Amino acid sequence: MNLTFSPEEQAFRAEVRRFLADALPSDISERVRLGRHLRANDHLRWQNILSEQGWLASNWPKEHGGPGWGPVHRHIFDEECAAAHAPTIVPFGVNMVAPVIMKFGSAAQQRRYLPRILSNQDWWCQGYSEPGAGSDLAGLNTRAVLDGDDYIVNGQKTWTTLGQHANMLFCLVRTDPDAKKQAGISFLLIDMQTPGITVRPIITLDGAHEVNEVFLDNVRVPLENRVGEEGQGWTCAKFLLTHERTGIAGLGHAKQALRHLKSLASRIEHRGKPLLALPSFRHRVVKAEIELMALEVTNLRVIAAARDGGVPGAESSLLKVRGSELRQELSELTRRALGPAALPFFPDFLYGEGSLDDDRAQSAAASAQYFNRRKLSIYGGANEIQKSIVAKTILNM
Amino acid sequence: MDFALTDEQRMLEETLTRLVANQVSPEQRRTMLASAPNGASALWRTFAELGLLHMPFSEDVGGLGGDGTDLMIIMQALGHGLVPEAYLAGLVLPGKLLALTANNDQQTEWLTPLLEGEHQLAFAWQEHSARYDALAIATQATQTDGQWQLQGRKDVVLNLEAAAATLVTARLDNGKLGLFIVPADAPGTSTHLYRTIDDQSAGDLTLDSVTLPLANCLSENVSEALAEVLALGRAALCAQAIGAMEEACDQTLAYLKERKQFGLPLATFQALQHRMVDMHLHLEQSRSMAILAATSLTQPASERDYKIAAAKAYCGESARFIAEQAIQLHGGMGMSEECYVASYAKHLVMFDHYLGDSDYHLETVSDLLTAA
Repeated sequence: MNLTFSPEEQAFRAEVRRFLADALPSDISERVRLGRHLRANDHLRWQNILSEQGWLASNWPKEHGGPGWGPVHRHIFDEECAAAHAPTIVPFGVNMVAPVIMKFGSAAQQRRYLPRILSNQDWWCQGYSEPGAGSDLAGLNTRAVLDGDDYIVNGQKTWTTLGQHANMLFCLVRTDPDAKKQAGISFLLIDMQTPGITVRPIITLDGAHEVNEVFLDNVRVPLENRVGEEGQGWTCAKFLLTHERTGIAGLGHAKQALRHLKSLASRIEHRGKPLLALPSFRHRVVKAEIELMALEVTNLRVIAAARDGGVPGAESSLLKVRGSELRQELSELTRRALGPAALPFFPDFLYGEGSLDDDRAQSAAASAQYFNRRKLSIYGGANEIQKSIVAKTILNM
Repeated sequence: MDFALTDEQRMLEETLTRLVANQVSPEQRRTMLASAPNGASALWRTFAELGLLHMPFSEDVGGLGGDGTDLMIIMQALGHGLVPEAYLAGLVLPGKLLALTANNDQQTEWLTPLLEGEHQLAFAWQEHSARYDALAIATQATQTDGQWQLQGRKDVVLNLEAAAATLVTARLDNGKLGLFIVPADAPGTSTHLYRTIDDQSAGDLTLDSVTLPLANCLSENVSEALAEVLALGRAALCAQAIGAMEEACDQTLAYLKERKQFGLPLATFQALQHRMVDMHLHLEQSRSMAILAATSLTQPASERDYKIAAAKAYCGESARFIAEQAIQLHGGMGMSEECYVASYAKHLVMFDHYLGDSDYHLETVSDLLTAA
């Protein structure tokens, strides 16, 4: 066994690092570094740069315009992007709906949507959760009734991330209320301009507008916008949830957060010494560092298995649980490190164009991010759901 | 980056798994533990035949040149069966020290027969007032009239009863740390033998004006070799703990599926499912750390020691967690000596007390932590 990257992989890392140093606009990386929300145009500017480089769709095969990278290269790319404060790619198009369209979509759907995702012409959002269907996703109630060549869709979706910027929605709908829960679901692609769609913001506890409610009121969706057969929606949904989950630990983000924390705790003073020298604080940093080491090796094990042809299954649940817990702990320590400076709240600066003096700017995001990171153990299948998945699929309980 | 075993390593793993399954059942293990260890059991002879005694040593001292992964495979298998043989304490640790310090004559006298299975040794590095600090040594070695005289006491020396000789660290007059080989029958030595709470053969060794010829001094400055061997031992212990953790998890899972309460198997209760999953998470993360430890043995000392300290601290805490949960999930049964998982639980808790516990190693990580 060995844990070292090959010379080719190391050269690739250097290439990614050079590219990021040259191509990532500094105003964007500065916003990311300070934890300020990106404007829609910031996302688009960065994703257009990546698209031009051919690196936007890092998980796509070459035939669809991806770079044809394997899991190791994707891991290196993600790590370097996080270290350089590059924006996270909005995943709903390129990482989520695209693989479903590639796997289950018609040739016409592939021809229409994949190039538009690759060129950032379409901004996709996700219509999965409903007020009554969270962890029990298959309990969804949004109805789609066939009327001629259209479905008429009625219902409500929620937690739709960045839906305020999106022009396309992929949506799980119930087409057969009499079939068994999972069997009556279909997967639709919906134009957000269609009459009957209303998007309303949900302001989260950190004061941010990240997620939305989407109301669908007699929305007409052409039959040709259904992916796969009627009743095959759950298969698409499950595929999407298991597809390429080697990045689920958020390792690059955790590493970056730990670097930031250590640098912060070395500069902040406590009774005339660096905070990092305070035993109780240092102890927690040390524990986080060790947990990160373990998570990194576990992540590499899953990546190597994927590289060698295995399908990351329930191991990704493990990465999700431990990765989210670690990132939450790091956000907790970063908030604590700031002491009283973590108290002031400047939403105009974080979420708008407000300005702050440099000192306040450096610490403005920590507490808001701490609250924002609580989502990590809730979304994408709450950690308790992940544990039930491990119990069922690995331990056969 | 490669986590796959080579064909030879897979064969080694299969052979050992079979061997442990066939020859170290709970009953067989009880029988082995009932007799006094003499370093020449049938199982030890099998180890010799399989090449296990040569495996961890480099070719230049007559070994097979096995690497950290090979050692990990062996230790994991031994952990699986809680195999009561002093593979680490009686062979690997003293043997590695000899390989690093001994001259040709000393190797011929002590190392060669060790690898051939003709005798076992012991390694006495702990002292009563030093806890886990291998450098805080009060035992004195003084050179007079062409011989060495040793005075002091060594604590909890594993495999002391079976060892033909014990490697002993002692403080020299110049302040440096020396290493000596003390035959079991050397006049002035006395032992207090016992079993540890997790069934290992051990004892205290008192050295009262023990006189040794010059040839019994292996090193007059052993600190570096000592650090290397302790690192190896810690990595090996982590691997052994992984084997025991796997077995404790397997036994607990099997029990949850079999045992019924309220008319249902325990495995159907979500509170217990999630606790079992937590054990599994601890195991997998610890496995990663054990791999990190095994693959860092050839790295520069500071990097090696950092990773191995992290691994030992991490595995120590995970092992205790798994042990406590294994007892809890077995309910009252887990409290009985007869329940096999109790033996694993004891080993997994006491694992933290060998070669430095979590607190000791967290301090090392803390000392070596880079600020940014």
